[in-house]
Amino acid sequence: MKVLKLVSKNATRHLLRTALTILGLAIAVMAFAVIRTSIDAWYAGARASSPNRLVITNAISLVFDLPVAYKDKIAQIDGVTGISWAQWFGGTYVDPKNFFPQFAIDGETYLDLYPEYIIPSEQREAFLSERNAVIVGRALADRFGWSIGDPIRLTGTIFPGEWDFVIRGIYTGKMETTDESQWFMRYDYLDERMKVEAPPRAGQVGSFIVQIDDPSRAAQMSAFIDSLFVNSLAETKTQTEEAFQLSFVAMASSIVTGLRIVSFMVIGIILLVLANTMAMTARERVSEYAVMKTLGFRPIHIVGLIFGESLVIAGIGGLLGVIITFPINGLLAEVIKDYFPIFKLDPLTLVLGLVSSLIVGFVAAVFPTLKAVRTPIVDGLRIID
Amino acid sequence: MSESFVELRSVNKSYWRDRLEIPVLNNINLSVPEGEFVALMGPSGSGKTTLLNLIAGIDRPSAGEVSVNGESVSQLSEGALARWRSRNIGFVFQFYNLMPVLNAFENVELPLLLTRLSRSERRRQVETALTIVGLADRMKHYPNQLSGGQEQRVAIARAIVTDPRLILADEPTGDLDKVSAEEVMELLSRLNKEFNKTIIMVTHDPRAAEKAHVWRHLDKGELNNKQ
Amino acid sequence: MPLLVSYSYKNILARKLTSTLTVFGIGLVVFVFCAVLMLSNGLGETLIATGEDDNAIVIRKASQTEVQSIIYRDVANAIKADAAIRKDPDGTPIVTSEILVLINQPKRGSNEPSNVPVRGVSEMSIRIRPAFELIEGRMWRPGTSEIIAGAKVAESFQGCGLGETVRFGMRDWTVVGIFETGGSGFESELWGDVDQLMDAFGRPVFSSLTMQLTSPDEFDSFKARLEGDPRYTAEVMREKEYYEEQSRFTTVFINAMGVTISIIFSLGAIVGAMITMYAAVANRTTEIGTLRALGFGRRSVLFAFLIESLMIALIGGAIGILGATFLRFVEVSTTNWNTFAELAFSFEISTEIVIYAFIFAVVMGFVGGFLPAVRAARFRIVNALRAK
Repeated sequence: MKVLKLVSKNATRHLLRTALTILGLAIAVMAFAVIRTSIDAWYAGARASSPNRLVITNAISLVFDLPVAYKDKIAQIDGVTGISWAQWFGGTYVDPKNFFPQFAIDGETYLDLYPEYIIPSEQREAFLSERNAVIVGRALADRFGWSIGDPIRLTGTIFPGEWDFVIRGIYTGKMETTDESQWFMRYDYLDERMKVEAPPRAGQVGSFIVQIDDPSRAAQMSAFIDSLFVNSLAETKTQTEEAFQLSFVAMASSIVTGLRIVSFMVIGIILLVLANTMAMTARERVSEYAVMKTLGFRPIHIVGLIFGESLVIAGIGGLLGVIITFPINGLLAEVIKDYFPIFKLDPLTLVLGLVSSLIVGFVAAVFPTLKAVRTPIVDGLRIID
Repeated sequence: MSESFVELRSVNKSYWRDRLEIPVLNNINLSVPEGEFVALMGPSGSGKTTLLNLIAGIDRPSAGEVSVNGESVSQLSEGALARWRSRNIGFVFQFYNLMPVLNAFENVELPLLLTRLSRSERRRQVETALTIVGLADRMKHYPNQLSGGQEQRVAIARAIVTDPRLILADEPTGDLDKVSAEEVMELLSRLNKEFNKTIIMVTHDPRAAEKAHVWRHLDKGELNNKQ
Repeated sequence: MPLLVSYSYKNILARKLTSTLTVFGIGLVVFVFCAVLMLSNGLGETLIATGEDDNAIVIRKASQTEVQSIIYRDVANAIKADAAIRKDPDGTPIVTSEILVLINQPKRGSNEPSNVPVRGVSEMSIRIRPAFELIEGRMWRPGTSEIIAGAKVAESFQGCGLGETVRFGMRDWTVVGIFETGGSGFESELWGDVDQLMDAFGRPVFSSLTMQLTSPDEFDSFKARLEGDPRYTAEVMREKEYYEEQSRFTTVFINAMGVTISIIFSLGAIVGAMITMYAAVANRTTEIGTLRALGFGRRSVLFAFLIESLMIALIGGAIGILGATFLRFVEVSTTNWNTFAELAFSFEISTEIVIYAFIFAVVMGFVGGFLPAVRAARFRIVNALRAK
């Protein structure tokens, strides 16, 4: 225990320097955790997906639709236990900056496929019985201060014109990862108007969502569904909900990769700061180490002293970093919640941050230790300054 | 007797440590005429260095007055004091206090950076000073490439490069071997005789003190006159 | 006030390891800072290059992007007759009606699919964009399933290189030529015959009209006339502004992310610089006392340490900037979130970025060095001389 005492005495000898080092480490660990969390945020959709759901879209790309009539053919497939469809509406609310996802859905079937959206039954009834009713997520309602009964007008971008709605329901998520920022309107409201204004665009949907009884047959069933429509005017692309969500992450792959690189650079910064401190410390104490060696301490003791100090500083810095991550992350989540509704700290990220800082503590001690152990006693004693 | 060049009147100095007053110098009166070589002697803790610091204007008396060449040192502001010091005082330390990252030439040149001299004038003065101390051939050497005696001679060159009239030396031989110490003392003596520098030197080395003309003994903060 | 510049820089040289670590800390931060600015600059350059000053673009009102816009043939024909559109000597108006759709195509290397914009163009489309240049192969023959690919698409997407084929709309399309447009966003597109593409996609409607105006001054009245006509429900924008608008979200996102990361990183570097400078001050207490005893004022000492810190920062900054210039060889492509189309661009350095990066480095050096320098300047000479 004597060694521990010496380690802590040494660490507090230059209190200011130690404090600054800990601060630097804490900031870096916090940055690491926040960057990792923002990487996770891209994957929120994929993580919230269900293995029982397949998504069918037009094979060309997301700007092409599929005929709603496909539903009958798909529903008959053995193993399909439910089917619904949705159309991306893409309207703007007051200002184009107020972006939020809007889907025109086939009410009853869609809500049955997504049990994670919790809606009081009377609100669900109200939505199903009124053509221009909408259900919005809790977070979205809070963002614009909407409540049930409010009339809302959107301007269509894909479907031109002004569209009037009434909020009839507010859903909450069953899980932490459920997106509460979406807007669900009724597909028939959209389709009826298209029949009048742009007949060729009626009867078209953006995607089908299919529930299957056996997730292990997902690949096989996807291939089968696509084969049904091959060489038609609207070929399909069927994938699991997770793969569908991941395809959006892939579009941003350079941003995600950039963030990953940056998160490693943060670790590099920690290393530079701590290595600097340890190098200075060890250099200042060369003569002390020489005295200790003269007194009969063996290199292992010196190794313990330097590593001990480095690890203690790294550990405290890492812990402090974990502590300040919570408020900073919360703040950031608040700022970007309109674009990344799910911005949650993963405990694993914190563990990773802490482990990285300890590894850095270890690495930072290597060079000074080598130097201290290798310096001959005589030279060490001579270096006073 | 010529009029006094360095004059201390009723100088007291005490430090405060944890509300406890520690008297260091007690009613010191000292008069040094120009061209004098004074040795301040006494056991450690007697206040020799403090007295030297007061004359150099790097410390202030608690009471009393210090004047050099008619200028009341204790009245000057800090900035004025720094300027005054750079022109009038040469300081020699026990541990030489050379800048380890600068070579001999640059170390000696340092005080000249405080003047308006041109680069070539500075070079000439530095070379002159280093020639006087006998180290003209070591100009490019760094402190760690010099012996202790050589380092101290560089420090003396630094002290005289601005041609001050007063040289203050704090145990200049305290860290040197016998031969080097003799060289340094020979040098100080020459500066006194040939260049008429007034020198006040703190030492407790009797051999070093031999070169001085006047000896003053400090004991427990009191000055005993003794020729 | 005398400056101790050579004293400052010789001290940096004397403490090699510590100086190096600090220099690299600052260098790393400046590198990241530069990278972000270069990225956003590169994106901006690409989009500014996209579009001509006297060109206007017409899309359906409120549709925001070409991909979402629909303009029927009769509307397109009516707009083409507008007097503000410049005409050829033979009387043909210089205007092109185009279709723009996205196709999902796997990338080379990663095999991940992303959206490639396919533009159905006419002969006039090429005349209206003077930067267009066919660098390899030839133009498509009318009435065939041939297309040409922008240089950046050809490079990064499967099936888009010269002689390769892409399948969409139940046809195989052969890439017969590669084109460049002076680094603009069009290089991220596939171009084909508008009639062939409309047919293949089963979409007999245009996405946009792009026209050359008789003079840029005509724009305002042209815009007012078209947008005021209830038959059209059109939105008219200057071509340049349109393409700038197209990347607004992505630009804002990159900038916000980059600035946040740079600030956090700079805190780390400042702490590193502070540690270094505090240690420098502590190790040189006697030297500071000596300098003061020789007659150097507090301010000289303050500046000696501040300059030392600034020098470290400037060296770090230079290394960071130098490192960042190598990023020019890295091609980036990401989905433009306004259009969902993949857009390729590169890191572009500019004089401003270099200046900003140096300012950033100097600020880090100043903040990191100031407090330690103040401490050095505040030492009492007597105490400093006595320190061991």
